[in-house]
Amino acid sequence: MKKILILSTALTGFAVAAQADVTVMSWGGAYGGAQTEAHLKPFTAKTGIATVMVDSDNPATPIKAMVEAGNVTVDVASVEYADAIRLCDEGLLEPIDINALPAGADGTPASEDFLPGAVTECAVSTDIWANVYAYDTTKFPEGAAPTTVADFFDLQKFPGKRGLKKGAKAVLELALMGDGVPANEVYAVLATPEGVDRAFAKLDTIKGDVVWWEAGSQAPQLLADGEVVMTTAYNGRIFNAAIAEGKPFKIVWDGQIYENEMYAIPKGAPNKDQALEFIAYATSTEGLRAQAQQISYGPARKSAMKEELIFNDGKTVMAPHLPTAPENMTNSLESSFEFWVDKDAELNERFNAWLASN
Amino acid sequence: MADAALPLTTADGRPLKTALAAAQARARRRAFLLVLPLLAFVILTFVIPIGQMLHRSIHHDGFSANAPAVSAWFAANPAGAAPDEAAYAALAEDFKAMKAAKTAGEAGTRVNYTLPESRSLFTKTARDADDLAPPYKEAFLAIDPKWGDPAVWEAMRTSSSAYTADFYLIGADLERGPDGSIHRVQENQRIYIYLFVKTFVLSAVITGICLLLAFPVAHLLATLPMAKANLLMILVLLPFWTSLLVRTTSWIVLLQGQGVVNEMLIAMGFIGDDGRLKMIYNQTGTIVVMTHILLPFMILPLYSVMRVIPPSYARAARSLGATSWTTFRRIYLPQTLPGIGAGSLLVFILAVGYYITPALVGGADGQLFSNLIQFHMSKSNWSMAAALSAMLLLGVLLLYWLYDRLVGIDNLKLG
Repeated sequence: MKKILILSTALTGFAVAAQADVTVMSWGGAYGGAQTEAHLKPFTAKTGIATVMVDSDNPATPIKAMVEAGNVTVDVASVEYADAIRLCDEGLLEPIDINALPAGADGTPASEDFLPGAVTECAVSTDIWANVYAYDTTKFPEGAAPTTVADFFDLQKFPGKRGLKKGAKAVLELALMGDGVPANEVYAVLATPEGVDRAFAKLDTIKGDVVWWEAGSQAPQLLADGEVVMTTAYNGRIFNAAIAEGKPFKIVWDGQIYENEMYAIPKGAPNKDQALEFIAYATSTEGLRAQAQQISYGPARKSAMKEELIFNDGKTVMAPHLPTAPENMTNSLESSFEFWVDKDAELNERFNAWLASN
Repeated sequence: MADAALPLTTADGRPLKTALAAAQARARRRAFLLVLPLLAFVILTFVIPIGQMLHRSIHHDGFSANAPAVSAWFAANPAGAAPDEAAYAALAEDFKAMKAAKTAGEAGTRVNYTLPESRSLFTKTARDADDLAPPYKEAFLAIDPKWGDPAVWEAMRTSSSAYTADFYLIGADLERGPDGSIHRVQENQRIYIYLFVKTFVLSAVITGICLLLAFPVAHLLATLPMAKANLLMILVLLPFWTSLLVRTTSWIVLLQGQGVVNEMLIAMGFIGDDGRLKMIYNQTGTIVVMTHILLPFMILPLYSVMRVIPPSYARAARSLGATSWTTFRRIYLPQTLPGIGAGSLLVFILAVGYYITPALVGGADGQLFSNLIQFHMSKSNWSMAAALSAMLLLGVLLLYWLYDRLVGIDNLKLG
């Protein structure tokens, strides 16, 4: 038995050694595509280390399974901020030293170049993205289109089906803002039982007209199919559909919820050193700029925003499409990882119960 | 006649009885060696994982392993005892160790399952752990007044044992009150029992529809001439071999509001543009798509049973004066029972565990129990997922036992 074990371990070791690629797990769709173009391909061209992209509806999900089974098959995962903190807390991620990250192109050390909170104990931000809602401009006449977060919940003025992400996070915040809670009070209200009730009561008003989506690419698809007239979405997916594919979609920035997206290394990743090298490259000024030229998510380094960012079509200026553009931030909410790390299980259970009830 | 009393022996003089026993033992050993690889395989891939799952559903040492000192204090003091300075000192000792080993998040996660918002309390306290100095109670309260809350201590006491039934309590929509009594959770939080029952009802409905649809098809397959039957068989198998995801998404294309079926109905004038049928992202969608996906699992066992039913039995019944209905009811149907049993059991058990299809086409009210299991796995709360899986397993086993009592498991024929 022992011999077999040794033999099989040796074989696995051989298999891993034979393919020393960096495997990156991300969200697929337009976002995965942007990362492939901006990070994976140039990294391979520069270092000769092969890279592989795999998709997941949420890359944070499989990490615990892989680490506990001792069979980690990905080297880098692209995860949400709250998940990065949670996985790190549970000891499922490799720590990343900020001093191992390269200085900005203008020479600023990494520790000063990154925006506050963009580098945590175990993860490095690749961009700042936002939960927004977007509508199909052909469904609403000129001048009578939705402009505020409250309009998303107004079925009288704006009839038609709504797309919403299936899950409590970002949906409850949206509901409260739609109910008139100012962005800076959302989490204080949501921390009380009455606040949670209020959010669900607001969702009740549109429940019968909601189509729920789970994977990021589903949202623009629902909109394109005409299945919904407006939907919440990751802003970059809508940007991609509207600018690159010419779809008549428009983003409503009022009430946007933004947060960092992080690259992290699962504990026991087979090619840890190469993975770290990959992250250092991808989150360099050059790597962040390259990604922001593929999809409208804001880079997390100050040095990456010094020069104007142009979309890969050669003419669209990215700045007004980024969540961090000042005109898009008039009524915006920074997603609170502290709140979600604590309340994720409780609120999602409540959400599931609400969803299943009639 | 004294020879007759002598025991029978083999040619080499051994008693026949021992020789026979030895030969039989040898044969048994050989047979056992033949099945040994299979047995090892089943144990390795089935028994051990299920055992691990069951173990995980009652075991979570996130807190007890990382906070041994305060766990010991809980063991030494009766339930309800107010935490004294010794308890706070033990907690301080644990926090210093947790900070060094970076395990405060892990411990907080376990307590968080019992009492939300505990995780941030733990990580926050661990950050300041080095400043903890006697008197410890004041030191803790200075970091966060929550440390004086009896609920926090009660949650830690619950978590201080690695073995717990809490995950099953949650799965049964129950919770422990601050005084340790067990009661049902608030109405707007009850979901597990409701979805559990719904999953079994929906699976039964899908099994029934599959049976109704598959029976005539299988009969046709079994009675047609070989060439035509083969062609039909390919039509049955082709979707069977197609990826589950492809089939599910094709149904989305067909059934959605702006989909093929609605467009056709409008073009033919059956419904108006504003009267589009809602056939997907609800329970209807789940039933339609799952029926389509599971249909081959019903057709194939039925077909294999029907193929070997001699047609002469039915002819004999008819020639003796039975009507078509009586012939079907008393002659044909009973002979197909093994196929019906096998197909139904197969479809039902598969339906109970499905989650991709309900997740994609189920919308809000088409979700099944397995979606909750997947949900907890995605939040890396494996103990909860394991407890729910164990409930599902128990439900299926119960039905299997019932089936065995009512129909008899020997009447099962898969092919």
